[in-house]
Amino acid sequence: MTVHDMKHAASDSARLEAVGGRLSRVDGPAKITGAAKYAFEQQLEGLVHAVLVGATIAAGKVSAIDRRAAETAPGVLAVLTPDTIMELKGASDWLGNPPSQQTYNPLAREVTYSGQHIAAVVAETFEQAVAAAALLKVWYDETPAIVDLSDGKAGDGIPIDAMTKEWGDAQAAFAAAPVRICAAYNTPREFQAAMEPHGLIARWEGDELTIWEPSQWLDGMARTYAEWFGVPFENVRLVSPYIGGGFGSKALALAHSAVAAAAAKMLGRPVKLVLNRPQNFTSYGGRAATRQTVAIGADRDGRIQSIVHRGVNETAVDGMWVEPLGSVTSIMYATPNFSSRQNVVRVNTVVPGAKRAPGENPSAFGIECAIDELAYELGIDPLEMRLINYAEQDPHTKKAWSTRQLREAFAAGAEAFGWAKRPPEPRSMRDGHQLIGWGVAAGTYPVRRAHGEAVVKILADGSVEVESSSIDMGQGTYTILAQTAAETLGVPVERVSVKLGDSHFARAGVTGGSRLAGVMTGTVYKAAGQALDELIGLALSDPRSPFQALQANTLQVRDGRIASPRGEGPELSIAEFMAAIGRDQIEAKGDTLPASTTAEERYKNYTTIAMSIPHTDGDYSRYSWCAHFVEVRVDEDFGTVRVSRVVSALDSGRLYNPKLAESQWKGGIIMGIGQALLEEGIVDRRHGRIVNGNFADYMLPTNADIPDIQTISVGIPDPHSSALGGKGVGELAIVGIAPAIANAVFHATGKRVRDLPITLEKLI
Amino acid sequence: MRDFSYLRADSIEAARNAAALPGAMLLAGGTTLIDLAKCGVAEPSTVIDISHIEGLNAIDVTADRAVIGALARMSHVADNPRVKSLFPAVSEALWQAASAQLRNMATIGGNLMQRTRCPYFRDPQNFPACNKRAPGSGCSAIGGVTRGHAVLGVSEACIATYPGDLAVALVAFDAEVDLGQRKLKIEDFFLAPGATAEREHDIHPGEVITAIEIPGSAAARRSTYIKVRDRQSYEFAAASAAVGLELEGDGRTVRDIRVALGGVATKPWRVRAVEDALKGKALSEDTIRKASELAMEGAVDHGANHYKIALAPRVIARSILKLGETA
Ligand SMILES: Cc1cc2nc3c(=O)[nH]c(=O)nc-3n(C[C@H](O)[C@H](O)[C@H](O)COP(=O)(O)OP(=O)(O)OC[C@H]3O[C@@H](n4cnc5c(N)ncnc54)[C@H](O)[C@@H]3O)c2cc1C
Ligand code: SF4
Repeated sequence: MTVHDMKHAASDSARLEAVGGRLSRVDGPAKITGAAKYAFEQQLEGLVHAVLVGATIAAGKVSAIDRRAAETAPGVLAVLTPDTIMELKGASDWLGNPPSQQTYNPLAREVTYSGQHIAAVVAETFEQAVAAAALLKVWYDETPAIVDLSDGKAGDGIPIDAMTKEWGDAQAAFAAAPVRICAAYNTPREFQAAMEPHGLIARWEGDELTIWEPSQWLDGMARTYAEWFGVPFENVRLVSPYIGGGFGSKALALAHSAVAAAAAKMLGRPVKLVLNRPQNFTSYGGRAATRQTVAIGADRDGRIQSIVHRGVNETAVDGMWVEPLGSVTSIMYATPNFSSRQNVVRVNTVVPGAKRAPGENPSAFGIECAIDELAYELGIDPLEMRLINYAEQDPHTKKAWSTRQLREAFAAGAEAFGWAKRPPEPRSMRDGHQLIGWGVAAGTYPVRRAHGEAVVKILADGSVEVESSSIDMGQGTYTILAQTAAETLGVPVERVSVKLGDSHFARAGVTGGSRLAGVMTGTVYKAAGQALDELIGLALSDPRSPFQALQANTLQVRDGRIASPRGEGPELSIAEFMAAIGRDQIEAKGDTLPASTTAEERYKNYTTIAMSIPHTDGDYSRYSWCAHFVEVRVDEDFGTVRVSRVVSALDSGRLYNPKLAESQWKGGIIMGIGQALLEEGIVDRRHGRIVNGNFADYMLPTNADIPDIQTISVGIPDPHSSALGGKGVGELAIVGIAPAIANAVFHATGKRVRDLPITLEKLI
Repeated sequence: MRDFSYLRADSIEAARNAAALPGAMLLAGGTTLIDLAKCGVAEPSTVIDISHIEGLNAIDVTADRAVIGALARMSHVADNPRVKSLFPAVSEALWQAASAQLRNMATIGGNLMQRTRCPYFRDPQNFPACNKRAPGSGCSAIGGVTRGHAVLGVSEACIATYPGDLAVALVAFDAEVDLGQRKLKIEDFFLAPGATAEREHDIHPGEVITAIEIPGSAAARRSTYIKVRDRQSYEFAAASAAVGLELEGDGRTVRDIRVALGGVATKPWRVRAVEDALKGKALSEDTIRKASELAMEGAVDHGANHYKIALAPRVIARSILKLGETA
């Protein structure tokens, strides 16, 4: 792949609508005015409502459920229990591995976590369903639960050999190093906490199923539904026009989704099921709690000799989640000796899942705090420390970086922040009762790549339609795809309408791992290019074309008008031209897969993640990079930490729309501030139950917690990462914020807090 | 459906009569009542909407006293210029409470009646045991997650924190609650749990709060409310203090001082021990910090809330220091 050589890209990039222009979100007005209709806001005739009942124990068996009172309550249509819900087939996992069980029951007889769905009530109205659900009587045989990583019964867990990364002799080199630090870093269970809850409407017409559900992956979820109900993939249509936040949580069809679709099938009525707020903390997994130890041995000049890293994350009793804790540890710094290993520990929780930068985020918390500790140990400036150990190539694969503007990020961030004025000693800056501290940390995220498909239509009136089953959850897909099509075709951006969020559109893989923008801009660029070729081909060759007489070998389209490059001959708008040749549309379907791809491979490509292209494929190692500089103010009496300044310099390669990229970066930084200071799922250890599963008690930052944030783009187009030269944006900026804050807190107070979140009692 | 009847009262008389019915609850701004109904904690059989009663939202402030109608909105009281100048701690307690949206809806009467944020109290489905909800059923919090629970005024029956802010300022300045037929000192209106955790207020069926009255004083004029919490806004207090200070002519010696604590006790907590230790003394940081420690006499922690014992005296000290600086 080469960086797309767009003539007008270079000259027009100042234009708002061009790729690289700061066009505002095209979906903004609809969202602000409330006109945007989210998935489960559809009004359907005959709609009925399902409400779930969750287990109140964390481990054991449901021994009996008394349904009588609920069944006779007003409006109740069905009470579903493990015994009365229809049997579903097992579905393959997201890698496409076949199911371990032939059948699947989304309501549990064997309870493995508190809140697990054990029954559902369907009624004519939502209120009736809620009231009847409270009438179910449930008996359990409770068994002891393993509540969290520190539970005595938890043990050391299961080694995950695939996570092992080793070179040199790390233990011996650490033992021999003249300077050593070793510390343990913990992150708690965190939740995605999207504003829009999970939920869906399911409707069957014969054996065709339509699902309106917020989704980060229409094709993947449609496959799961199709497998559960044993219907062809094409029979399932998933609709997800807007998504009110996903952060990794909305990529899979989950147990509650199955309950709603089964209820709709059993009753022959469309069913709406929306998780209430507490259920959004127990029905799907947030970020797993993690523990890491990082040991670094260095020589007296600060050159790292060895890194020994051990990590543990929690997973479920009946589900596997690996949060790759050595992902940043193994690539951030040059070291001749390295060892990272990881275990997972089964506890009684819903299986943890992806939350923004799974793996990289907690991994960076460990290594980026540890390098700071080493810097203080040696009396070396923490920024200098990072430069001394700068990795000129990928230390793990030994491949060249595709692009790594991290040095530039350190320089630009330090300059804008005023890092040079930092006094080295902790507790050396104050303002009244506020101790002030400065911290730095780096972050990174791999460039995940995949293939996509898009349809581009040029219509009779000269307008353009782009269709794709990819989605926009606020990150700006509608906008950048409109920009890409407009620029490629040479039409004004307001003449382009982008249609997303329908699994019957041209297919797309998962929106996760910061891959969508790179994949889909490349795909739309290709499809739009094909449409343009066809348009120009027709203009040159169609007997009815006014350009035919020109005998030119090419034409150009600008601002929606067709003309010869030198301007001689006729000039027509696309609409006039379409009328002249009597066409009502030109349609091109483009994809980035090799032509030899079989139908089966295509299906697998869009409905599983098995065909993602590794970021270290070929000669290069591809990552986005960033450097965060943070100022905190810590009240010396109260221990309260407030972030007063953030400057981040980031390398996401070429930005398709800097305004949207900056928003994504800032969103990541804000989420990182929450992670550093506030967020924690608090478990009652007697019951294995989250007790703060609501937005009043699960603390997320408010506006008052967020200072002005300055972001600086230091990226250059990366030809090895994507068709148009961009790298990942969405997850990058959350990586490294928490350690930058923890490092700043140390600089302010002289106290090292290695357990997130840094709440006030840890500092008083 | 959980059915209930809805009644709109257009006079205090009508509200009182209806409130005497069994299972009746008043509805003012609804920010507590509807929230608790959704959690399954409040299950009224009759909801009496008092929000349309005329004349109950007046805010009448003179140097002598503030009289605030029960239906006055939190945001209106917080922004009232005379409240700000004559009772700054009251204004500060209000604007640091809840969120802007809630303050625009919530009333002063409802605010006094807000319930604890104890997570066990708010989740009857998962935690049936709660003496406050179901007398005699036990306390789920003791032995559980207690980071937000009280260290002062606790009993074996209940350790739930009184969560509000306004009432902390009110107890500091000897405010009274007007229930129509009777008036009570705010300190007596709130009840510590003892063996009857379910009784939080000295109010009887059929009684309606009509107003609160706060006597004016030099200490109220020079007062402040400091609220400490992990999140900068929209969080209940980890610890808070309402403090008022009147100094002698020398600008150093304490003539009158009022100190009350929030976020650490089972009711809004007046701390006379600190007041007594400082009255007649010349202020210095050292004296202030030492005296503030007296607030924690009798404090009992349950593990995760231990930090409150260290934190609360610092909040008091900082409040006094702040007032001392603004002489
Ligand atoms: C998320 C959240 C955060 C919050 N944060 C804070 C905070 O930081 N600090 C703080 O102080 N508060 C906080 N609150 C509580 C808030 O201040 C109260 O909910 C509010 O003041 C209640 O007033 P209301 O008019 O809405 O009461 P309602 O909900 O209408 O009524 C509450 C109760 O009072 C009774 N009642 C109402 N009026 C009268 C009357 N005149 N006489 C007798 N009984 C009456 C009702 O019957 C009901 O039982 C928070 C609330 C929420 C939901
Ligand atoms: S502390 Fe009080 S309110 Fe909380 S569970 Fe115990 S009795 Fe109930």
